[in-house]
Amino acid sequence: MSTDETPRESGLSRRKLLGAAGLGALAAGAVGAGAGFAAADKPDPEVLPDPDALPVPFEGVHQAGIVTPAQDRLYFVALDLTTDDRNSLIALLKQWTAAARQLTQGNDVGELGAVGGSPYSPPEDTGEALGLPPSGLTITIGFGRGMFVDGDGLPRFGLDGKLPDRLQDIPSFSGDRLDDALSGGDIAIQACANDPQIAVHAVRNLVRIAFGRASVRYSQMGFGRTSSTSSAQVTARTLFGFKDGTANIKVEEKKAVEDFVWVHQEDGPDWLVGGSYLVARKIDMRIETWDRESLAGQENIIGRAKGSGGPMSGGDEFATIDFAATDEEGAPAIAAKSHVRLAHPDFNNGAQILRRGYNFVDGSNGLGQLSAGLFFIAYQRDPEQFNQIQRSLAGLNNDLLNEYIVHVGSGLFACPSGVGVDGYWGEKLFM
Amino acid sequence: MKSTLATLSVMSIAALSLAACASDPSESASSGELTVAANDSKCTISMSKLNAGPTTFKVSNKGSKVTEFYIYADGDRIMGEVENVGPGLTRNLVVDLPKGSYEGACKPGMIGDGIRQTLTVTGDAAKPLSDSQELTAAAESYARYVKSQSDTLIVKTTEFVDAVKAGKVDEAKTLFPIARTYWERIEPVAEKFGDLDPITDGREPDAIAEGVDFTGWHRIEKQLWVENNTEGMDVYADQLLDNVKKIVELGQDAPLTALELAQGSKGLLDEVATGKITGEEDEFSHTDLWDFKANIEGSQAAIASLRPVLEKQDPELVKQLDAQFAAVDAELNQHQDKATGDWEFYDKLTKEQVKALSNAVAALSEPISQVAAVVAKSA
Repeated sequence: MSTDETPRESGLSRRKLLGAAGLGALAAGAVGAGAGFAAADKPDPEVLPDPDALPVPFEGVHQAGIVTPAQDRLYFVALDLTTDDRNSLIALLKQWTAAARQLTQGNDVGELGAVGGSPYSPPEDTGEALGLPPSGLTITIGFGRGMFVDGDGLPRFGLDGKLPDRLQDIPSFSGDRLDDALSGGDIAIQACANDPQIAVHAVRNLVRIAFGRASVRYSQMGFGRTSSTSSAQVTARTLFGFKDGTANIKVEEKKAVEDFVWVHQEDGPDWLVGGSYLVARKIDMRIETWDRESLAGQENIIGRAKGSGGPMSGGDEFATIDFAATDEEGAPAIAAKSHVRLAHPDFNNGAQILRRGYNFVDGSNGLGQLSAGLFFIAYQRDPEQFNQIQRSLAGLNNDLLNEYIVHVGSGLFACPSGVGVDGYWGEKLFM
Repeated sequence: MKSTLATLSVMSIAALSLAACASDPSESASSGELTVAANDSKCTISMSKLNAGPTTFKVSNKGSKVTEFYIYADGDRIMGEVENVGPGLTRNLVVDLPKGSYEGACKPGMIGDGIRQTLTVTGDAAKPLSDSQELTAAAESYARYVKSQSDTLIVKTTEFVDAVKAGKVDEAKTLFPIARTYWERIEPVAEKFGDLDPITDGREPDAIAEGVDFTGWHRIEKQLWVENNTEGMDVYADQLLDNVKKIVELGQDAPLTALELAQGSKGLLDEVATGKITGEEDEFSHTDLWDFKANIEGSQAAIASLRPVLEKQDPELVKQLDAQFAAVDAELNQHQDKATGDWEFYDKLTKEQVKALSNAVAALSEPISQVAAVVAKSA
């Protein structure tokens, strides 16, 4: 449904949700994930559900899907708003929020769901998630610059004065080969889950709700989370075979999260406090060329050992990196232009980011090569954190890795804070 | 006249064949014979206040372009229409109008919204119909639409086929998208007849895959645009006209039900979304936008017939449909040459223009997909 005047939210009520499959799921959530619900009817411990299948609470101070331990799968979509009507946008955000509440708790979208409606109507929910658990689904929304101002810089949707100063286009970096069709977007939605079917179902249904108001600009599937966002997770590997993001901010590092991820009151604007800036970069990897590089060459480029992930200066994965260390011939153990060095906070005015990227393979390119790479996602308090690091890395004279990668897509989105039980995404923008 | 027509609240007969049925002028002062003087820029109806009941409109085309005349109720629901009135011709239209407000519209060049004039009908209001009567009325209203389109389809297909057989390549190329306009408007009717649709409107890759001869509209299209001649096309041309006539005949013997109509209105948009947006329908001529517009018009006609049912059951849906049809039209009409009525060739559209069309069709398809359930509720 794409009604503006009648959001039909009555059908999407939380009460209804609780009456249906929600109760069991919530109770399970309370036990398994410490979700904070009263565990009145604890399930039998012998039938504890798979923790990867549990729901993640939708409501909260911050949006879920940022410091939530990274799930296995991603489906990311960037949309352009095709309406210019403020009420239409508000209605869309309300309908999306209602659907996201249902989806993240493992329920069908809509009042009647996938199979409960009229046999003559297209089902409200598309149905491919029937019988599947919530699988840790989180749905996170971000607003691009294009939602606030049009091509001439004039305000859209009456959002005068709401555009964050920091929501500027990401600057051009040396070596970028950005495709406009894979960049930008007025709104981004990141769906992450431990089952790709669940992530796809979520995005598909949200896109469907938006027909007539928003149109997909691009979308990206990802797998094999490339970053750990919790100390409880092992560091995953990119398609180059290296552990990546070892030094990433972890949810347990409360101070780092506070300092580097969430927008503070003094940063402004008010509506974004408790939110975060999402940078998305689609990075194509020249897989076949990389695979012909020697092990020593690969380790030199990255600055870490391929097996353990430990820095080339010695020690295990989490050992402190000694950039002054030298090898037996007196050369720096960690090359000056290695990825790990140029990306390190010590060389970026202390800048850190919360990485949440995923690998992708979009089939092959017709030349017998994989169309593959990294869909880089990072959350930060200020986009300058990303810009700072990328300035260090970009260009063929910098990061040695640049011979093997090319940035083809780019986007920056301001993700509002979390919503309460009755709230909707971005509500503070319209107050 | 067929007895079933007596139960209709509305009846329109393209009256060349039925001039004798025109009501006796003495029955009603204002409902006798009205004249409609049409030329390329004007449409003058001799009276604007009428009494309820059957009225004959005598449409004279004094202009240089072929014209059409429509009587519209609210939401452009077609109460009656006469198509293909050539320059210098006069054709009659008989419409039984209940009390209410209408618009008469001439469409010189057969494009656009037409030159309109308001008509006010006073007298007895039509009796409210029961739900099932309303569905019957909707189906009958659409059947009249199909009839009017079918008549012109046969005329235009004959002209096209004659041009092909006479080896007049340029004329045939001009007529191809025009004849197809009438075909595409009523495509759900053709699709009901599974054997005839593929041999009439099938595409080459499917014919090859099925191991059958490639025939129909697109076979001739290929010859015209790829070979730029009509060699060997006589047999395909004759077969096309035969099959079009068969489909028209079958369609009139088995008119669509209201539910089929609702599904057909969606089917036409699916046609657009899958065949036209991709530009694969008219891959040789690139005249897809003619078909595109015709599919939208056909869908709109189906919705117009169902309008009284929808108004009663879900007025909100009607508002959305109106708004989204208008949005599609606005997007589409940018690509029409207002002077000639010709559409841009599809291969000339930019990717952004195609995406804008696709967005508009998607936005319309969502409310359209709700129509069948509303109709079913009424049944």
